Amino acid sequence: MDILVQQLINGLVLGSVYALIALGYTMVYGILELINFAHGEITMIGAMIAVATIGALSGGALPIPVILFTGLVAAMAGCMALGYVIERIAYRPLRHAPRLAPLITAIGVSIVLQNIAMLIWGRQYIAFPPVLPQGWHTLLGARITDLQVAILVTALVLMLVLDLLVHRTRLGRAMRATAQSIPLAGLMGINGNRIISITFLIGSALAAISGFMVSAYYGLAHYYMGFLLGLKAFSAAVLGGIGNIRGAMLGGLLLGIIESLGAGYIGTLTHGVIGSNYQDVFAFFVLITVLILRPSGLLGAPATDRA
Amino acid sequence: MSELLRFSGVSRHFGGVQALSEVSLSISRGELYGLIGPNGAGKTTLFNVLTGLIPPSSGEILFDGQPVHGLPPHRILERGIARTFQNIRLFPGLTALENVMIGRHARTHAGLLGAILRNRRTRNEEAAIRARAAQLLEHVGIARHAQALAGNLSYGDQRRLEIARALASDPRLLALDEPAAGMNPAERDSLARLIRQLRDEFQLTVLIIEHDVRLMMALCDRMAVLDFGEKITEDVPDRVRVHPRVIRAYLGGGEA
Repeated sequence: MDILVQQLINGLVLGSVYALIALGYTMVYGILELINFAHGEITMIGAMIAVATIGALSGGALPIPVILFTGLVAAMAGCMALGYVIERIAYRPLRHAPRLAPLITAIGVSIVLQNIAMLIWGRQYIAFPPVLPQGWHTLLGARITDLQVAILVTALVLMLVLDLLVHRTRLGRAMRATAQSIPLAGLMGINGNRIISITFLIGSALAAISGFMVSAYYGLAHYYMGFLLGLKAFSAAVLGGIGNIRGAMLGGLLLGIIESLGAGYIGTLTHGVIGSNYQDVFAFFVLITVLILRPSGLLGAPATDRA
Repeated sequence: MSELLRFSGVSRHFGGVQALSEVSLSISRGELYGLIGPNGAGKTTLFNVLTGLIPPSSGEILFDGQPVHGLPPHRILERGIARTFQNIRLFPGLTALENVMIGRHARTHAGLLGAILRNRRTRNEEAAIRARAAQLLEHVGIARHAQALAGNLSYGDQRRLEIARALASDPRLLALDEPAAGMNPAERDSLARLIRQLRDEFQLTVLIIEHDVRLMMALCDRMAVLDFGEKITEDVPDRVRVHPRVIRAYLGGGEA
C-alpha cells in the first residue's frame, strides 16, 4: 500500500514537471506545426543558469529564499531571451519553407545549445547547492518532502494560470485564432509574428521553471540533461495529443505516474530480471504504444484547444 | 449625402489578365451599394483590393478622404472597413461567440501583461468585448448558437456569424461578398431585411456583391455593373435594369 502511494506521489511530482515542459512543445506545435526539438535544451539551460546563479550567491549574506528566487528569475530571463532569439533567427526565416527544414534546424539548434552549455559549464555534473529545505511529511503511509510539495503546487498553479490565459483572455483567444489560421487571424488585426514570439516566451519561461525544479529535485544539472528530459516531455505531449494544451498537462502527469509505478513494480513483476534502472524505458514504450494505437493522442487535437 | 468611398481609376492585373481596369466609383455615406456582374467580372478582386489583401496595380482608393490603397489588411480594418468572404472564412474550431470576440481584436488592447496581471482594466475590457459580441450575435439572430463551434453551424448561420464578426470591429463600411450564396429564397428575404436593419441601426454604408440580381435590385440604393474588369455603368437599379450593355453582358451568362 505505502509503496503504491509513495510511487504515485513521486510520479505526480515528476509528471507535473514533464507537463510544464510538454506545454512548451505543444504550444509551439499548435501554432507552427513545428516540433521544437531545442525545447529540452532550453530546459537544460534554465537548470544550468539556476544552479550557477544559486551557487554563486549561496554562502553570501543573502537569505536563502532570496537566493532561490534570484536563481529562478535569472533562469527565466535567460531562457525567455534564448527562446525569443531562437525563433527569430532559426525558425522565422524558414516559416514558409518545407516542414522538414525547420524540424532539422530545431535538431541543429539543440546540438548547438548542448555544446554551448558544455563550453560554459563543462562536462561534469554540477551539484545543486545545499540550500533547499529538507523537511518532509507523512501522507497515507508515504513520505512527501517539502520540495515535492513545492514543485507539485507550483506546477499545478502554473498549469491553471496558463489554461485560464489561453481560454479566458484576449491574448489567449488571439493565440487560438492564430493556431487555426495565421493569415485569417492577420485579417482580424492579430499580428501572427507577435503571437508566435509570445508563445516562445511563455514556453521558455515554463521550461526555465521546469529546469530549476528538475535540478533541485535530483540535486544535479548537466549539459546533456535536456535530451532525455525533452524526449520524455515530447512523449507526454504526444500521449495527451500534440497541439492540445490540456492534453500536454494530462500526458505529463500520466507519464510521470506510469514511469514511477513501472520503476516501482517492474523488479517484483519480472522477479528481478529487469530493475528500476529501466525507468526511462517506460516513456518510450508509452510513446510507441500511443503512436501505434492512437496517433492523435488521448485528447485528440480538437481545434478548439490548439494554441 | 457626402462621399465615404471613392475608387479613382483603380486597375489590377494578374500577369496578362486585366482583372480590374480603370474602375472609378463613388459611394455615399449610408448607401446600400451593389456590385454585380457575370462570373469573373472582377467583383471579388475589387473587394480584395479594397480590403488590402492585394494591392492595386494603379489607381487610388480614398476612404473618408484618406488614401487606403497599399495599406495592410489590419490597418484598413482599423480605418473602418470590414468584410465577409465569399468562401466562408471563420475560425471553425472556436465558438461563435469567440469568433465575434476576435473580430473586436483591432479595437481592444490587453496583451501579455494584462493577461497575467488580470488587472481591473483588463477584466473590464474583456467583459465589454464579451457583452458586445453577445449583443452582435443577438442582432444577426444567432444568439442561441453562441457556444457552438463555428464549424458546426449551418451554412446560413455561418454567413450571419461572419457579418457579426465584421460588425465587431465597429466598421463604417461593411463589405459583403455574396452574403446570400447557398441560401434559399426565405433565408434570402430575411437576410435582406437584416442588412437594411443593420445599416439603419449602426449607421453603416454597405457594399454588396451578389449574384442574385433580383435581390440586389430590391435591396440596393445604387449599383455598379462590372464586366471583364470594366465598370459598365453605375446607377439606380431601375436604370441599370434597362441599360443595353448590362443586358448584353448578362445574355448567355445564365444569370438574371
